[in-house]
Amino acid sequence: MSTTVLPSYDEVVARYAPVIGLETHVELGTRTKMFCGCPTDFGGEPNTRVCPVCLGLPGSLPVANKAAVEATIRIGLALNCTIATWCRFARKNYFYPDMPKNFQISQYDEPLCTDGWLDVEVDGETVRIGIERVHLEEDTGKTLHVGGATGRIHGATESLVDYNRAGIPLVEIVTKPIVGTGAKAPLVARAYVTELRDVIRSLGVSDVRMEEGSLRCDVNTSLAPVGSAEWGTRTETKNVNSLRSVERAVRSEILRQAAVLDGGGRVVQETRHFHEDTGETTAGRSKETATDYRYFPEPDLVPLAPDPAWVAELKANLPELPRVRRKRLQQEWGLSDHDMQSVINAGAVELIEQTVAAGTTPAAARKWWLGELSRRANETGVELSAVGATPAQVAELQGLVDAGKLTDKLARTVLEGVLAGEGSPTEVMTSRGLEVVSDTGALTAAVDEAIAANPDIADKVRAGKIAAAGALVGAVMKSTRGQADAKAVRALILSRLGVEG
Amino acid sequence: MSDVTRMTASEIAALVARGEVSAVEVTQAHLDRIAAVDDRVHAFLHVDAERALAAARAVDERRAAGEELGPLAGVPVAVKDVFTTKGVPTTCASKILEGWRPPYDATIVERLHAAGTVMIGKTNMDEFAMGSSTEYSAYGPTRNPWDLTRIPGGSGGGSAAALAAYEAPLAIGSDTGGSIRQPGAVTGTVGAKPTYGGTSRYGLVAFSSSLDTPGPCARTVLDAALLHAAIGGHDPRDSTSIPQPVPDVVGAARAGASGDLSGVRLGLVAEFSGEGAEPGVMAAFRDAVDTLTKLGAEVVEVSCPHFEYALPAYYLIAPSECSSNLARFDGVRYGLRVGDDGSRSLEEVMSLTRDAGFGPEVKRRIMIGTYALSSGYYDAYYGQAQKVRTLITRDFTAAFEKVDVLVSPTTPFVAFPFGSRTADPYQMYLADLFTIPTNLYGGPGISVPCGLSEGLPVGLQIMAPTMADDRMYRVAAALESAVGTLTPPEL
Repeated sequence: MSTTVLPSYDEVVARYAPVIGLETHVELGTRTKMFCGCPTDFGGEPNTRVCPVCLGLPGSLPVANKAAVEATIRIGLALNCTIATWCRFARKNYFYPDMPKNFQISQYDEPLCTDGWLDVEVDGETVRIGIERVHLEEDTGKTLHVGGATGRIHGATESLVDYNRAGIPLVEIVTKPIVGTGAKAPLVARAYVTELRDVIRSLGVSDVRMEEGSLRCDVNTSLAPVGSAEWGTRTETKNVNSLRSVERAVRSEILRQAAVLDGGGRVVQETRHFHEDTGETTAGRSKETATDYRYFPEPDLVPLAPDPAWVAELKANLPELPRVRRKRLQQEWGLSDHDMQSVINAGAVELIEQTVAAGTTPAAARKWWLGELSRRANETGVELSAVGATPAQVAELQGLVDAGKLTDKLARTVLEGVLAGEGSPTEVMTSRGLEVVSDTGALTAAVDEAIAANPDIADKVRAGKIAAAGALVGAVMKSTRGQADAKAVRALILSRLGVEG
Repeated sequence: MSDVTRMTASEIAALVARGEVSAVEVTQAHLDRIAAVDDRVHAFLHVDAERALAAARAVDERRAAGEELGPLAGVPVAVKDVFTTKGVPTTCASKILEGWRPPYDATIVERLHAAGTVMIGKTNMDEFAMGSSTEYSAYGPTRNPWDLTRIPGGSGGGSAAALAAYEAPLAIGSDTGGSIRQPGAVTGTVGAKPTYGGTSRYGLVAFSSSLDTPGPCARTVLDAALLHAAIGGHDPRDSTSIPQPVPDVVGAARAGASGDLSGVRLGLVAEFSGEGAEPGVMAAFRDAVDTLTKLGAEVVEVSCPHFEYALPAYYLIAPSECSSNLARFDGVRYGLRVGDDGSRSLEEVMSLTRDAGFGPEVKRRIMIGTYALSSGYYDAYYGQAQKVRTLITRDFTAAFEKVDVLVSPTTPFVAFPFGSRTADPYQMYLADLFTIPTNLYGGPGISVPCGLSEGLPVGLQIMAPTMADDRMYRVAAALESAVGTLTPPEL
């Protein structure tokens, strides 16, 4: 039995240059579907959010959703694209039961947006990703195969189709081939999808949730020997459902293709499926016999001709894009590139920004989110934004510290209560009785009590041996269960004993 | 009371409005007529007496309640079976849709209800509106009331025959290459194809989306205009619908009935000089032009050099769109499903369903269209045909700078005997030689009876610029006032 030893990644990328490309589909968060008035919300009983149009019933006709066209143009503008002044939808013809009409209304040679770019940061360097096109189309339904072991069509006894998703507006964003990134190709792919997600989120046109499928990504990868003028045969990897998977999928394809090429084989042009559990891809549908989609202009829809004045208005009203915003915040917060990168990597930019907006200093906000809360998020394996504390709560907590009601140590205890769902920081502080004892009457009583209980020590202090006061401070801290400020206690003891501190 | 089935729609509506006859009586008279003759004519695929009578009763109740009724209230109308009707079978004369009851009404059907007309049934047609004789109906052909051994035209032969057989005073058709006008011509009735976008396609089962146009069929020009006005106008559910009011076709039909055409310039298309047309048809056409001249019209010859490419361009564009439009009939969601016994793959079931469900002409066009859109052939076929379409549009635009309307025979030949043109598809396609250019251009056209040849009706076609549908009604009404309507022999 022979075994294939995979070469190491570093060694592979020293010999082969990867070329990658990404096709991203984003479900728009419009209220209604692309060509009818059905609602678009996620979930719902199968086949309840449907009508004659999105079911493709005979006689029905599509009417384009203006909000979806607007959202697509805004995405195009945010990606520095040229917006077409006249373009058409096209029919993509192929038979598949999740497509009610057996054609998809898409765009072909006349996309709404073309020729743009998106800058992403990788290891402190800026990589400019070319955008080939951004176009608008309709989503398909979902096929569920039942009776088989895998949930896939093989071995299934029945197939069920849910058309709730059919007709939801889908924006397809296609990069130009990304070349020359070498070993960093997987990181570049991940950084691109991350940045694209953040841009689209900042536009407010989609919730871009990879886990719910509102952002879906296909990754094309090919390898050619370093220095070769020609590119290799590419594969298209589907089922890449998280940012981490984007990186792993590219890396895994680079290693797999290198092993094929090293073994004298040739890479087959095909669709491959990424598996989250193994981090590897397996072969899917072969694309060697390319499907002929028989595209032609959609005769049921009039051409789209966005008014240039309207497009200019949309451009002028684009929100601050994430990259610009991050630069501004870095400056406002006074962070080094390295520190800012840590904030970004932790997914804490918005959280800190909101905490600061709630009245906390950037330094304090950063301390909480990157310290205690990041540690907690790592321990429990959740995103920082889902850790269980809100920016408002963090700001409130810091406010209590600033007001002298909590020490840092007590504040951490209060935070635990907040994370445990015991309420707001103030509520936790009160219910757990953690407030710093600052009421002078109560504190004076505790000091007097300690002096009375330790007359020998008190005498030593009175005699000028001030260092002995430490024992009295300890007694007071003990009796107040640590809720007093030690400095204040010390001052009070010396004052009661008539000694200058 | 004389026989209401022999009356025009406007006469019936007037009687109903005055309470001289009830809508129920009118509907029952037509149902009786259908029962008496439709086994011979076979104009209808589905007659729903109960539903029709209920609709008629509703009209009578509205009248009794003192409501103002519209100009067609209480008038029965036959609807081509290519329009969706909520809860009523809609087959497009195809086996593949056998038993399908749509969950929604076409816009045209909604407007018919709103106008108070009574939908009396669904009429026969060539399968999916592909044909010129109704011989491609999966449920057997319709026979021409003028001669039951001859075709009633197509694809809307059922609607036209229902009128000629006095089974309905009004009918709805759809015209993709002549499917309203050619049946109108060969049955001696009136059929109008409105401007593309002037009538809503929502609920019209698509054959060729860029060409399909719903339109009115009637026995008189005024009736056609009244029906046109009732069903026309902007529909937000159809993107290609024109957001403008319907031209005043009723006013134009009334004006034309005075018989005065002074100041109207008629264009004779030089390229339609008669080649390929029957001599008797050309003779009746020339007589009609003479009549129009006597009514005051001026005749100008115009050249439309690209019309000769209209037929081949049409037979690339229409099949291409049809190949895509008809892809949805796969047995998965509705209609026929064949071979689903658990032993076959999805692809096999789809393939068996389509093989069993579609007839020969539909299959022929799906195959032609699939080929024409294929990668590597697209530019040479579909792309080239679209260029021809542009040139034909330019021919029309140039012609309408010189004339108000163009006239031609509607179809090159009178009703032909069954089976005489099915062996050679091209011989069948020639039936639409004169009607197809209008569809490619998108303008309106009407066929109006202009005489007989060999004892069979001949139609005059009048073509007008887009959104100038009123012009053709004026000329048609003038001709009608001069030559009268045609009455077929008793069945």
